[in-house]
Order: sequence, then C-alpha cells, then structure tokens
Amino acid sequence: MIRVSDLHKAFREVKAVRGVTFAAPDGRITGLLGPNGAGKSTTLRILYTVMRPDAGRAEIDGADVVTQSLEARRRIGTLPHGSGLYPHLTARENIAYYGRLYGISGSELDDKVQRVIQQLEMGAFADRRSKGFSQGQRTKVALARALVNEPKNVILDEPSNGLDVMATRSLRELIRQLKAAGKCVLFSSHVMQEVAALCDEIVIVAQGQVAMHDSPDGIREQTGCDDLEDAFVAAIGRVKPE
Amino acid sequence: MNPRTLAIVFRKEVLDNFRDRRTLFSALLLGPLFGPMIFALAINLSLKQTLGDATEPLDLAVLGAENAPNLARYLRSHNINIMRAPPSREGAQEAVQTGEHDVVVVIPDTFAASFAEGRPATVEVITDQANRQAERQARRALNALGSYGQELAALRLSARGVSPLVMRPLNVDLVDVSTPSGRSAMLLGMLSYFFIFALLTGGMNLAIDSTAGERERGSLEPLLCLPVRRDQLIFGKILAACLFMAASLAISLVSFYVTLKFLPLEKLGMTPNFGPPVVLVAFLLLVPFTLLGASLMTLVASFTKSYKEAQTWVSVVLIAPTLPILIVSLLMVRPSTELMLIPSLSQHLLLVGLIRNEPLNGLHVAVSIIGTVVLGALLAWMCARLYRREGLLG
Repeated sequence: MIRVSDLHKAFREVKAVRGVTFAAPDGRITGLLGPNGAGKSTTLRILYTVMRPDAGRAEIDGADVVTQSLEARRRIGTLPHGSGLYPHLTARENIAYYGRLYGISGSELDDKVQRVIQQLEMGAFADRRSKGFSQGQRTKVALARALVNEPKNVILDEPSNGLDVMATRSLRELIRQLKAAGKCVLFSSHVMQEVAALCDEIVIVAQGQVAMHDSPDGIREQTGCDDLEDAFVAAIGRVKPE
Repeated sequence: MNPRTLAIVFRKEVLDNFRDRRTLFSALLLGPLFGPMIFALAINLSLKQTLGDATEPLDLAVLGAENAPNLARYLRSHNINIMRAPPSREGAQEAVQTGEHDVVVVIPDTFAASFAEGRPATVEVITDQANRQAERQARRALNALGSYGQELAALRLSARGVSPLVMRPLNVDLVDVSTPSGRSAMLLGMLSYFFIFALLTGGMNLAIDSTAGERERGSLEPLLCLPVRRDQLIFGKILAACLFMAASLAISLVSFYVTLKFLPLEKLGMTPNFGPPVVLVAFLLLVPFTLLGASLMTLVASFTKSYKEAQTWVSVVLIAPTLPILIVSLLMVRPSTELMLIPSLSQHLLLVGLIRNEPLNGLHVAVSIIGTVVLGALLAWMCARLYRREGLLG
C-alpha cells in the first residue's frame, strides 16, 4: 500500500510537484500517467527515498519515506528510470549483490536468485556478463534484482522504455503476475495504450498536479470521451497553469 | 557502522574491478612500472654523461698540431685522440657552427715563436657553449691545456731557481662528507613521488566509479533505493580503492627493488639502502596514504558530471602530492615534527631518511601516520556527507 498526500517538490524556481495526492492499494496496478515533465519521476523518486519532499507526506505500508526511510526502502522493489547494471558482473551476480544488500545470505540467497531468474525466464543468459546485454535483457536483470527480496510494493519508472514488442509483452505479463500475488504495483508511463491495457487505476498527472484519478472506465465517463487518448488530453486540459 | 554491508560492497567492488582489464592494466601495471622505467632511463643517461668523459678517449680536432708537437704529445698522453681539423680557422668555426665538430682547437703558426720568446702563446678553443654535449668536451680540452700550461710554468720557474710552490699560495681542498647512501638519496629522492604516483593510479578508476561512473551507467539510483545506509556504500567503495592502491604500491616497490639490482649505481658512488627490509618499511610508511588518496579522489569525482570530466579532475590530484615535495626540495629543509603533519611530504622525508640509512625517528613516524590517517578519515567523512545529497543523482 502506497499513500501520497499533498506532496510538494521544487528545484530552484521550477515547481515539479505541487500537491500530489493519491493511494495505490495492494493487489492492484496503479498507473501514473502524464506528459513528459509532469512530475511523475519526481513523485516516484520521493517514494523510493532518493529525494525529500519540500512538503507533504508519503508512506509505504505506513512507513514514512523521510523519517523511516530505511524501513520504507525495505518494503519496496524499485526499477528507476534507465537503470544500469554492473557490466563486469554476470546477471546472476548483479541480482545476488542486491540480494545481499537486502540482507539475504547463504542458501536462501541462492534460492531466491534462482527463483527470480526462472520467474523472468532469464536462464539463457543468467551466467553471462551483462556487458553485451540487449535493452530487454538489461531491464529483466534490473527488475529481477528489484524483486529478489519479494517486496510487497513495486515501483517501476517507465519500465517499457526502449523495449521491443516481445519484451513489452513479457513485462506486462510479469506485472499481472505481481498483481495476482497481491502486490501493490505502481508504475509510470507516458504511453496511453500501455496504461489502458494494464491498469486498474489511472492517476493522470499534469504540471505537478493530479488531474484525475479513476478506473479507465471512470475516466472515460468523467471526460465524456470514448477514446482513452482523447480522455487523457481532456483531463490534462483541466489543470490550471500556475 | 554495519560491517556486513561494508564487506558486501567491498567484495563486489574488488571483484568488479578485477574483471575490468582497463583498471587492471592502469592500476597494477602502468602505474607501478612507470616510475622504475623512467628512473632506469634517467640513471643510464646520467651514467653515460658522468662516466663517459673520464674513461673514454676524447676525439679532439686540432688545427695546426704540427706547430706544437710537445703539446700534441701531452694531449695524446692524456687520453685525447688528435683528429684532423678543417684546414683553416674560418673553416673550423663553420664546422663548429654546423655541428660537424663539437670542439676545434686552433694552434696558430705564431705559437712556436711566442713560446720561444717566453711570451704567452695563444691557443684557441672553438666551441658552441649553447651545446651541452660540446660543453663537456670543451671543458676537458680546456683542463688538459690548462694543466699543460701549469706544468710548463713550474718547469720555467724551476729553471730560474724559484720553487714552483710560489705559484700556489692557496691549497684548496674540497672535502665531501656525503656517504654513498647519502649521495643515492639525492637521486632516489624522487622515488617517493613515483611511489605515491603508483599508489594513486592504483585506485583512480575505483574512486571515479563510485560516483561519476555509477551515475553515468545508471546504476547509482537503484543502488540508493536499497535498505542500506549510504555511508556504508561509500566507505565500502573507498576501502576497495585503498586495497587497489596498496597493491599498486607493493608492486611498485618490488619492481624498484628489482630495477635497482640491475642498475650499476656503485659506479656513480651510490649504494642505495634498498633491500627487502627497507621495501617492507617503506610500504608500511606509505600505506596510510591510501585512505587519504582514495577519499580525496572520490571527493573530487563526486563533484563532476561525467566519467570523462572526473578523469580530468582526478588527474590533477595525481600531481598535487608533488607540490610539497617540490617546495621542500627547493628550500632544502630538514625533517621536523611539524613537517610530518603534511601528508606526502612526511612520507617523502621519511623515505629519504630510510634510503640514506639514517635511523627512523619514532615520533616522526607516529606523527606522519596519524596525521595522514586523520586527514584521510576526515575526507572520507566528507565523501559520506556528499553521498547523502540529492544532487548526487545529477
């Protein structure tokens, strides 16, 4: 369960996030949708604790991201935007390194690493050095290391960026699996179709504010547009500029 | 402090960098061998220059040797081969100007007449004083001519019943108290910088990698999302850099030890005190510098935007330790307890003392080690502070 209430964050004069509020419940997929520069990444970065909000609160399963940041980080698996690997380590070693830093060790670590490798169908390249990996393989490794600790909450920042059709399909499949396992999945995207295909709830963000928060059908209803893309355009049009 | 996290990061960094050929090459090969190679080259050159002239016969072009057969005989007996010179004085000048000859001695036709009358007989030495090679030959020719002149003067005085000692009111003796080890120390003084240079290159890539490298690769942000304290991450990385620096230092010391065995330093009047025990003590004196070097480089790299930019700035750090060494060797100061507070300088002074075979001053050693480690720890703490900033993500 992820809760965000009245979050604010500015970079010098630029107000990236101005009062974002939403909740992402367990067992559901929540999509953060918005044009480039809408404040999606900043909101997620505050959630996975690499940035501090200027005002407002954010919590993961009740753990405040500022005052209990270690506790909050223990409860999330994160795929930041453009995640990189260690090129001289194999896929398995990359995943195991994160597993160790999550505090797992011994045979438990081996088991958990092997489990995510199977879950993500990475057996073919698990023991190769990640230097020459394709974008799809890299994303899989980055996801696998985020999931090695079996987190209750998963945050993905534009996970489908740079993936081909097949890789995108398997990513969607994985996200559905996480939902079926009762996890809280929060991901960001600027691609309407992707969000429409996956999400139970959509949070449309524009100019640092929540323009609309509803199910896909609810959004169609509220905007009066049958086409989600039109609905998206209509929704972001409602946000008042500063 | 959580030693477990620190150990995990340390192990991963060591493994990661051991697999990186570029790091291995520069850290464990290029850095440590650069010093000995330059050093061997410099020693060989100076050997050629200082030993060459005394023992090897000098080929000297002499114009008009037939005007002074005794002088010519004297020169030959002083290991100087008389060569054919250009036929005229103008030709000789031109030959020196073009570099065909380094030195030409001209004995004019009037020599014999002046000599017989007891007037000073002119002998010209034509040379180009801007040419260092020629300067040494010219000095040898001048010395030979001068001593011939003195011998003649002594003979003439004796013939008139005057003691030749009248010509020597002063007897100037230069007493050199430097020991062979001490003479080595002058040349070997630059060794300490080579060692510090090797040490720093050893950890350079690791230090850059921990901030600029991780950021550029996109691996920093996911790393910071893990439930570990950031200072544990940065300390693990700094310690891994320290290990590479220590390895580089050890290789550098051993390769110097081997190089010195093959250099004929005794010919230069030097017997450097650089046996295995000295190698070991030198390692122990220099190894505290690793923490300082690794932290300083990490700190510098964390201010930069990219790997390339970090490399540029960190290279400046490679030069920084020369400054105190340079200033002090210009001022010729003696080691003192206060100077031991200055890192790189303290290691330099202790090392020079060690090579001179002087007893180590316990207080100096303690101040050097503690001073260097404290400054290193302070810089590591600053790295940890910087690693906590949001701006780290760039």
